[in-house]
Amino acid sequence: MADHDEQRLQPQDLGYDPNFVPDSVKSFVVHLYRQIREKNVYEIHQLYEASFQTLSERHFKDTPWPSVDAVAQYVDNDHVFCLLYREMWFRHLYARLTPTLRQRIDSWDNYCSLFQVVLHGVVNMQLPNQWLWDMVDEFVYQFQSFCQYRAKMKNKTEQEIALLRQFDQAWNVFGVLNFLQALVEKSAIIQILEQEKEGLEQFTANDGYDYNGGSNVLKVLGYFSMVGLLRVHCLLGDYDTGLKCLQPIDISQPGVFNIVIGCHITTIYHYGFANLMLRRYVEAIREFNKILLYIFKTKVYHQKSPQYEQILKKNEQMYALLAICLSLCPQSKLVDETVNSQLREKYGEKMSRMQRYDDEAFAMYDELFSYACPKFITPSAPSFEEPLVNYNQDAYRLQLKLFLYEAKQQQLLSGLRTFLKVYSTISLAKLASYMEVDEPTLRTILLTYKHKTHAVDSAGKVISNADVNFFIDDDTIHVVESKPPKRFKG
Amino acid sequence: MGRETAKAQQGTAYTVEQLVAFNRYNPDILPDLENYVNDQVSSQTYSLESNLCLLRLYQFEPEKMSSQIVARILVKALMAMPAPDFSLCLFLIPERVQMEEQFKTLIVLSHYLETGRFRQFWDEAAKSRHIVEAVPGFEQAIQDYAIHVLSLTYQRIPRTVLAEAINIEGLALDKFLEHQVANSGWVIEKSQGRGQLIVLPRDEYNDPILKKNTADSVPFEHIAHILNNLS
Repeated sequence: MADHDEQRLQPQDLGYDPNFVPDSVKSFVVHLYRQIREKNVYEIHQLYEASFQTLSERHFKDTPWPSVDAVAQYVDNDHVFCLLYREMWFRHLYARLTPTLRQRIDSWDNYCSLFQVVLHGVVNMQLPNQWLWDMVDEFVYQFQSFCQYRAKMKNKTEQEIALLRQFDQAWNVFGVLNFLQALVEKSAIIQILEQEKEGLEQFTANDGYDYNGGSNVLKVLGYFSMVGLLRVHCLLGDYDTGLKCLQPIDISQPGVFNIVIGCHITTIYHYGFANLMLRRYVEAIREFNKILLYIFKTKVYHQKSPQYEQILKKNEQMYALLAICLSLCPQSKLVDETVNSQLREKYGEKMSRMQRYDDEAFAMYDELFSYACPKFITPSAPSFEEPLVNYNQDAYRLQLKLFLYEAKQQQLLSGLRTFLKVYSTISLAKLASYMEVDEPTLRTILLTYKHKTHAVDSAGKVISNADVNFFIDDDTIHVVESKPPKRFKG
Repeated sequence: MGRETAKAQQGTAYTVEQLVAFNRYNPDILPDLENYVNDQVSSQTYSLESNLCLLRLYQFEPEKMSSQIVARILVKALMAMPAPDFSLCLFLIPERVQMEEQFKTLIVLSHYLETGRFRQFWDEAAKSRHIVEAVPGFEQAIQDYAIHVLSLTYQRIPRTVLAEAINIEGLALDKFLEHQVANSGWVIEKSQGRGQLIVLPRDEYNDPILKKNTADSVPFEHIAHILNNLS
């Protein structure tokens, strides 16, 4: 598996010798290899998460780990172990350094080999869920990173362009999606989850592990791939399909997805975001509320874990998304008091400005959306013929534009809501004069309010999200609210 | 209301739905999906899933995109209102494509419908007959949507407001109202000197009493669950 490019010195790698294996690393791979062969999942997890981190901190703060060639001799040149080691090797590289194009391509090759081995059903290992999740998560991350990288054509060298043209299959969107889909299908995970509902399977009860002497790898990778697909589809702006990919997982119940905190957060973050873009604000608010409360209560237990920073980042982003949802769709009963007070602290002022729907408000919507949204990608390869430009922002700009467009359509609703909260009945003529519009315009505003607050769910059923509601009888508006009776007849 | 699911016509529709379910990420199904769009137009059926799949393939291979097909998908999506299908499609269409004339027009039409501006919608649609007349059933679908929103909003609606929203007046409107009275529970009242008032059926969206009853009642599934456990 010789790869001379691993040995190419990069500025950050001064002093890096890929063939030098410190004793602690030798000991690490030997132990890890043995524990994998003996299927000691707990020990594997300790080595994978704790030891790998410690050694990275101590020896490989800003250089890669030793090359796989250098360590292979200590692990019987085991083919599968080498694929796993390389996967960790690349993951470390992406985290600490900037991968070269060559390295990106090699990493893709490694995933192809690794997934193919798994898909052929020949692995007999039990690996910790954390590791299996990290594989899928990293796979999607590297795809996203590659698309961002490829879209910045302006300063590409001729060599890079030549490589891109030659290896056009690397991180090709069809390849990525088809691998994830293959893992879902080959593992039969959807059927397993179905059968579990009827008590014919023990997947969730066993945390995904196989206690019959078999392997959990394909099944659990298949399971996590559903979340991977949700994520990829969100990156592409295809929210409906993303949610469909997640559908076999019932997020209202405990499941394997919430065993690994990174998976739990990624799932809910994308689920909530997709619902936001689909205008199902109440659904998004509910899920964000639950997870934010959960993170609030449990983050102290993750302080030492390598995922801690990510957890905090996603936490902040979800507060921003929650602020957006509640500004577009005010709800008083859906948010827990703890979450609400955090929300007011972080975004209280911004939210009140957003609800004024003036220019400053849209600047706020822009700011929060841009901060919290996924890193959208353009999945197609560039045309190498045209003048080389950077188009890595195109996908993000489109989603932002469409989101703001939707927010703008709701511009007059906030004003309307203020009046509806104050009157129990009011004539169209009077309300029109208070709102400084003519009657026909008022009628359109009232229709817009009804349309925007009545979402259509995935089954085609109409659901009202309105916290304040009304109906019109000829030329009089009657306000309907499930709160204490109001004061004025207009 | 416009959201018609693809009927299982023995042959075409069934096969395409299968294609989308099992071959989602396969570039080779693109021609089938394009043909299916044309089928949907001519047979007045609709499949969001299949159309999103096609838009996705166009996203992956932009050189294969057909503007005409995309325009037809968008018109069908408009017809699916109040479902947000039109937005879902826009999310997948590159900005520079959306800047083309025909797409700008469709976006304007969508904007009018999203904001209840039916008069402006029908005016604009009349100027763009070539776009909308290419898809049979368009007018009817938009009228269905208009009635949907009006029904959420009004218990009693003046005839003129209704006429403007569904773009029918005079004798044609009389006939239309007769039909609705006979089949959809509409009632026509004479308002003092101001023309007809149409009384729309009450439901939980335009009637607070019905809303209250719906909110207070326990969904049957919950009761059924308890009953099952008792036995």
